[in-house]
Amino acid sequence: METPNLNYLKELARGDQELINQLKEVLKTEFPEEKKDYYDSLEAKNYKLIAENVHRIKHKISILGLEIAYKLANDYENELRASNSDKKDAFENILVVISNYLKTI
Amino acid sequence: MDCIVIDDEKMARIIIKTFCDETKDINVVEEFSNSMDAFKFLHSNKVDLIFLDIHMPGFSGLDFIKTLKDPPKVIFTTSDSKFAIEAFEYNFIVDYLLKPVSAERFTKAIEKAQKLIYLENLDSSEKPTSNSNQEEEEEHKNDFYVNIDRRLVKIDLPSICYVQAKGDYIYVKTDANEYEVHASLKKIEQKLPSSLFLKVHRSYIINVKKIIDIEDNSVLINRDVIPVSRSNRPDLMKRLDLL
Repeated sequence: METPNLNYLKELARGDQELINQLKEVLKTEFPEEKKDYYDSLEAKNYKLIAENVHRIKHKISILGLEIAYKLANDYENELRASNSDKKDAFENILVVISNYLKTI
Repeated sequence: MDCIVIDDEKMARIIIKTFCDETKDINVVEEFSNSMDAFKFLHSNKVDLIFLDIHMPGFSGLDFIKTLKDPPKVIFTTSDSKFAIEAFEYNFIVDYLLKPVSAERFTKAIEKAQKLIYLENLDSSEKPTSNSNQEEEEEHKNDFYVNIDRRLVKIDLPSICYVQAKGDYIYVKTDANEYEVHASLKKIEQKLPSSLFLKVHRSYIINVKKIIDIEDNSVLINRDVIPVSRSNRPDLMKRLDLL
């Protein structure tokens, strides 16, 4: 499994520590909300909504430099739009990896 | 160029705003987490450009553009390139940026938008004249007033050493005083004559006449070290009278 990193955000901030801290805070706030929305929609078995939530999370995955995970999330989103959820477990593993990583930053 | 950013993700909005801060002549006047609020805003406000997320819950970016009667230029931001074809069905769509947006792609998209707006302005013969008169007036202004604790305080432009952005405030350092003003750096940048002032960092505008010395990534003004960002350094170097 790839390791999440902040390279994209650091490059964006160009050494502006205040901005880096702000971006980290947004990640730490927004990601758990998106994750919760995902699990809520999963519970409701609303495939369209699950796909939309995966779509939102995809951006965070790409920001954290997880290229392989991004492709998987993309496939999962497309699957969901066809009412299929084969890649559910693999996608949820990504969520665990990101959640653990966010605790360290 | 006044623009708004519409994206349901705060992170995505910050990223676009950060790129805009680094870009000359782009002013983010407002940001929205949904299309409906932006629609209401545009009912009574005019902008030149919209950064619009295609994929938003409820009212998508594609739905939104169909509601615009007199649409400004639009740059789509999306995680899916498959929407790009549909996006280009409209002639006011300038470009689409795939997330995560890179600095290079952002610059290209902005250049496209600026070029299109410039060409449109050329069609209207009066507009450029009035703009240039306005610029000329700005260049000859010698002072402006700021609102501090319900008082309007006059600040002489040549006395300003630098201006620093601090959250929702700006900090104006002059030869004799320091002022904290509730305003954005973009707003004050528009008031400052470009012959005297230069943005050297996303958080700093300096008076180039006040520079004491320059190092690789900073300038010294009075006793303060002001950071210079990599992207602004070439502009700074152009302004110096080097031996």
